[in-house]
Amino acid sequence: MAELRDLYQEVILEHSKAPRNFRELAGANKHAEGYNPLCGDHFTVYLNLEGDAIRDITFQGSGCAISKASASMMTQAVKGKSKEEAQKIFSAFHKLVTAGRANGDKPGLGKLEAFSGVSEFPVRVKCATLAWHTLQAALEGKQEPVSTESE
Amino acid sequence: MTTAVKLPTTESRIHVVDQAFDVEKIRGDFPILSRDVRGKKLVYLDNAATSQKPKAVIDALSRYYEEGNANVHRGVHFLSEHATGEHERARRTVQKFINAAHSNEIVFVRGTTEAINLVAQSYGRAHVEAGDEVLITGMEHHSDIVPWQLLCDEKKAKLRVAPINDKGELVLSEFEKLLSPRTKIVAVAHVSNALGTVNPLAKIVELAHAKNIPVLVDGAQAVPHMKVDVRALDCDFYAFSSHKMFGPMGVGILYGKNDLLEAMPPYQGGGEMISSVTFEKTLYNKLPFKFEAGTPDVSGAIGLGAAIEYLNGIGMDRIAHYEHELLEYATERLSAVPGVKLIGTAKERAGVISFVLEGVHPHDIGTILDQEGIAVRTGHHCAQPIMHRFGIPATARASFAFYNTKEEVNALVAGILKVKEVFA
Repeated sequence: MAELRDLYQEVILEHSKAPRNFRELAGANKHAEGYNPLCGDHFTVYLNLEGDAIRDITFQGSGCAISKASASMMTQAVKGKSKEEAQKIFSAFHKLVTAGRANGDKPGLGKLEAFSGVSEFPVRVKCATLAWHTLQAALEGKQEPVSTESE
Repeated sequence: MTTAVKLPTTESRIHVVDQAFDVEKIRGDFPILSRDVRGKKLVYLDNAATSQKPKAVIDALSRYYEEGNANVHRGVHFLSEHATGEHERARRTVQKFINAAHSNEIVFVRGTTEAINLVAQSYGRAHVEAGDEVLITGMEHHSDIVPWQLLCDEKKAKLRVAPINDKGELVLSEFEKLLSPRTKIVAVAHVSNALGTVNPLAKIVELAHAKNIPVLVDGAQAVPHMKVDVRALDCDFYAFSSHKMFGPMGVGILYGKNDLLEAMPPYQGGGEMISSVTFEKTLYNKLPFKFEAGTPDVSGAIGLGAAIEYLNGIGMDRIAHYEHELLEYATERLSAVPGVKLIGTAKERAGVISFVLEGVHPHDIGTILDQEGIAVRTGHHCAQPIMHRFGIPATARASFAFYNTKEEVNALVAGILKVKEVFA
């Protein structure tokens, strides 16, 4: 089960079972909805944005272990960051889950690097990126729910 | 929780152990079943999505393209005549298989979805008016919902939905109440693709016909598992797909009673469906060609014919009997796994077990089983209203064919235990 453990790393399983910042955010000034109807993953990301800074971020909803852990760890990774920094983390994360980690590559993503195994499971990339696209939609003030199923 | 699964047809059956049903020999007829997946032996339990094809079907397709390819119904040359003959022979094979009265009641289409769209657009548009109703059930596949929504939107008619109970069975008393003088057609699945429920068609047809309402049956999930007799069912339309019954993709059947089809306007226009064309007036061809505009999938029809001949060689009653035992075994084994909850526990089921596992999303189940070479479907199975009904986002679904074995059920159970281990 070596490959499976690459995907379902301990930290991912732990976050999926006990997601952080998993609540509606009182006083949120931005929020967006992410929905992948084929798998049934459905999340709302709430933001408290002060100028360009993400003061607070939470999420709610349901989904598979990968999507939920990704959302949970995303909230930790971008809290206190600027919009631009959050976008940079997302770009690096997206590269990690789609292309994997090349030898000697240091994406500088800390705990999020646990998601590198996703690149070996192409059909699961959409799970790992759903919360991130939802965050992006919230930052851009999009009203329509986003989906990563046609990614 | 153990649910007894009743035999899915009402026909009499010999209740003895069928020693002649040699599943290993049957598996040998399906080349794909001997392949490995991810280094493991393939365990194919996604038959409700599409079935695998026996060598006889694959050979029929090759033979057609190697020796018999020509367009049908329009050439005087040898090959065209031959292809036409084979295409029409396949139609008669289908006719006999479902016991239709005439071969002109068998319309070749692309699949179940197109068959239902044909009826909605042709029969539906001619008969449904503002304020009228179309009645379906709460367990329909999207392909037996959306065509009727399109029709109802256009005609300002109303789509009514007969509810299902917690076991996933149609609530017949509610269905009966919803049959109103405004109901212009009833459309119902023979077997639910997401729950495996076998609907009481005889009763449904009787209730609808008592009010002169025609009944369309979505038979996509029934035809691979049981003997279907459209005259015994007395349904007005019956739709099914070749690829779910071991034939090629891209071809399906609409059965319709002769008088109904005769009175219906064409669905699509083009070649084949006409008898003469001038710019002023076109005369339509006779049945079934009126509904078969354009060059048909000749190879697909021939392949479907080969699939039916293959099934006839085994016998649908024996297939139903074997699968019944397999489904009962699978139900028992899966129910015994702590944390597994079956979704759809109707008294009469066929082909399908849908389940959820406590604390694990179906998508994760699917990925882990896949690593074991086990193919199941996870998601909403194109039946989102059913998921809403049971308050779940998705299920994992194991769906069976007569080439599946108890050993494969054991592999599935072992796979689910592995899922639990990963998520422990």
